[in-house]
Amino acid sequence: MAISINGQDYPLPADPRTSLLDFLRREAGLTGTKKGCDHGQCGACTVLVGGVRINSCLSLAVTHEGDEVTTIEGLGTLAAPGAMQAAFVAHDGFQCGYCTPGQICSATAMLQEIAAGWPSDATEDLDAAPALTDAEIRERMSGNLCRCGAYPNIVAAIRDVAGAEA
Amino acid sequence: MSVHLKQDKPDTRNVLDTMAQGVIGADLPRPEGLIKVTGTAIYAAEYRADGMLEGVLVTAPVVRGEIASINEASVLGMPGVRAVISDKRMTGRPAQGTAGEAPFQPAREVCYWGQPVALVVAETFEQARDAAKRLALDWHGTGDAPLDPEAAETEKDESTRKGDLAHAMAEAAHTVDVTITTEGHASAAMEPHAALAQWDGRTLTVHASLQMLKYNRAELADSLKLEEEQVRLVSPYVGGGFGSKLGISQEVVAASLAAMQLGRPVRVVMSRQQVFQTIMRRSETRQRIRLAADAEGRLTGFGHEALVSNLPGEDFAEPVLQSSQFLYGGDNRLLKLDLARIHRMTAGSVRAPGEAVGVQTVEQAMDILAEKLGMDPIALRLRNLPDAHPAKGTPFSSRKLAECLEEGAKAFGWEPRPRAPRHTREGEWWIGTGVASAARVHAVVEAKARVTLRPDRTALVETDMTDIGTGTYTILGQIAGEMLGLMPDDIDVRLGDTDFPPGSGSGGSWGAPSCGSAVFLACEGLRKDIARRLDIGTDDLTLKDGLARWDGGETALADILGGEPLDCIGHFEPGSSIEDATVSSFGAFFAEVAVNRWTGETRVRRMTGAFGIGRVLSARTARSQCLGGMTWCIGNALTESLMFDPVDGHLANCDLAEYHVPVHRDVPALEVLLLEERDAAASPIQAKGVGELGLCGGAGAIANAIYDACGARVFAYPMTPDRVIAAMPDI
Repeated sequence: MAISINGQDYPLPADPRTSLLDFLRREAGLTGTKKGCDHGQCGACTVLVGGVRINSCLSLAVTHEGDEVTTIEGLGTLAAPGAMQAAFVAHDGFQCGYCTPGQICSATAMLQEIAAGWPSDATEDLDAAPALTDAEIRERMSGNLCRCGAYPNIVAAIRDVAGAEA
Repeated sequence: MSVHLKQDKPDTRNVLDTMAQGVIGADLPRPEGLIKVTGTAIYAAEYRADGMLEGVLVTAPVVRGEIASINEASVLGMPGVRAVISDKRMTGRPAQGTAGEAPFQPAREVCYWGQPVALVVAETFEQARDAAKRLALDWHGTGDAPLDPEAAETEKDESTRKGDLAHAMAEAAHTVDVTITTEGHASAAMEPHAALAQWDGRTLTVHASLQMLKYNRAELADSLKLEEEQVRLVSPYVGGGFGSKLGISQEVVAASLAAMQLGRPVRVVMSRQQVFQTIMRRSETRQRIRLAADAEGRLTGFGHEALVSNLPGEDFAEPVLQSSQFLYGGDNRLLKLDLARIHRMTAGSVRAPGEAVGVQTVEQAMDILAEKLGMDPIALRLRNLPDAHPAKGTPFSSRKLAECLEEGAKAFGWEPRPRAPRHTREGEWWIGTGVASAARVHAVVEAKARVTLRPDRTALVETDMTDIGTGTYTILGQIAGEMLGLMPDDIDVRLGDTDFPPGSGSGGSWGAPSCGSAVFLACEGLRKDIARRLDIGTDDLTLKDGLARWDGGETALADILGGEPLDCIGHFEPGSSIEDATVSSFGAFFAEVAVNRWTGETRVRRMTGAFGIGRVLSARTARSQCLGGMTWCIGNALTESLMFDPVDGHLANCDLAEYHVPVHRDVPALEVLLLEERDAAASPIQAKGVGELGLCGGAGAIANAIYDACGARVFAYPMTPDRVIAAMPDI
């Protein structure tokens, strides 16, 4: 009965009402994942489960037995930040920093979705592989709100990482 | 050591320009960037304390009344529940910015739907949340609760009269007389309001999400009937403020009371719905703009009247007319602000109170006037820039408005011509462009900061000032670095703790010029002391890369310090320099939109903003502030609207699914130009604020672009598809 977070096992919570988000922030002490709305409306709580992005506030922790969860803390550290994290600093892709971990987790998974050929509402040709355009990035990142208005810089950071990987 | 300045005169020395380090204004990354992107910056709700309890607020399901009884027994038997707090000191409203005293008490007297009235405290959040939902309340009504600002009693808040506007309108070659409405706005900072209170029997320590600690400390102490010295507030990272955290809000007082009563740390985090329902709203407005102009487009009359609202007992009235006082000329003037008393939640400061809704309406009226005159809208604006404040006569300390209009037009690719809508169509989309001026009054307040030069070639900056995403850590490091000859990496900026000297707080765009000046003054004190130790004049001293240089000599800073740290407190106070002049930041917005001919949907395709903000302290964070403001323009113009139930007064769209802030896909490439400017009257560092200007008028550029695209003049913000379609002439 365990849940794997950033490669480390944690026992499932006793209270079945505990959301994955609250479990991460409280039981696991991983407060990098943020609570902005608790209703799946803002994306601040985005984490990766098996590499796929989800809103952790909309998921109960007990449903994740055996799952591998990656949080912002699993994408890099102060000493060794990940490429997306470094790009956000370089492009000033944040201001207050509260939506930032969610943006970075979301962007990381989003690039994999494009690489896997998943279409979006912004994809013009459904028969072709989706192109990595600004319109695609914006559409696919629209579940992550940023009230400070760092969007243009976030798009620039993602484009930077995607270009380096391409 | 300390240095005090009350700025009664413009400071034209431009000291920062004479320094050698070359970091002031530079495009450098934020020092706290890495901890934010790695999730290691700790926000208010993320602190932990041994034995911590969790509290959940209970809110009133009634718009006006008195809580007659709270049936504590209904929840005290539930698992983990430790207490129901309904102390008379609980606050029903947030404090207004810079209030420095307790907000409305007691919370049991309900004045708006969703007002917090009690706190349920339990061992875990899940237990507290469950019990809070089940707490039984009884209440009785306490009188009428007017909900409609148009039908409520009004009070006159302010007015300016000069000449005879009615006569000017009657005599004018061209006139505009329009009434434009805006809906209420929410700050909607991404971090919900949160507090963790700890009481040791004498001292209360609260980790909270706050913008102005000096004032907040006084507000909390007054609310609890404690001495200020018994209260410590800690707020090093704030997940957005936008006015919503200017004053203490209800969870701070509730958590404190619970911690004091129970003798255990208590954390209270508002739900997103509670933040919407109980924190400041920007008032809705109804604005009438009248313009009278001669045949050449010179304004002879200017009228701006507005109706705003607030709760009974609140002094704040959205200062809609603030920049209308001086943005454009016209000898005959009437500016009038009325305040309706209604029972919606407290109206207060939401980013750029006043101009955020007051400039865009004037800018729409100017667009209409330009069309009547057959003039290019930029030419009309340039023709009407007054030589001095039209009512007071005070000269402008500096005004880059003309340059912003001209440089912005060039960068945007503005075609100077009279507007004639429907000139361009792409498929089912009409394409158009619009322009608007930007203006935001300048403000500075008292601020202190301590700067310590350390023997290891680093410096420490300490103030209770906050960084709410605005870039305080960045700019204070760059100011101190420039003055002390150190790289910003070697400056340790510590903020957000009332143990540090009291700063200005973040709000009103005054943080940078106020706290920046305090740091500057402290550094001037340190430089003077270093020069004295070297027996040279301060003007002969150059500090660069940890070295002190003068004509004929050079020595390491560390040697001068003799192994001891050297500190100085800078104390800045505003004086008559900002009263003897009209001090304001200015700018210009340009927008290109596409409007769907069938659905009325508007998409902003690109925007350019050109701004004059005095000295730019950090090119990077100043630009980001402008990007943020322009993003708010898009929400303001197209989507943001608080919607209240006309029957029971509750806020119907109290979450982020129903209150529509701009998302990634709503925000195109945005271009920002920062014009070189020094404003000697604004502050001793010649800087003005930048946090709000970017949203003061830009929604008007979008409105004007909608007209240019499709011919729809919409007189109600936000310009949602239904409103655009209704205003669109037949195809």
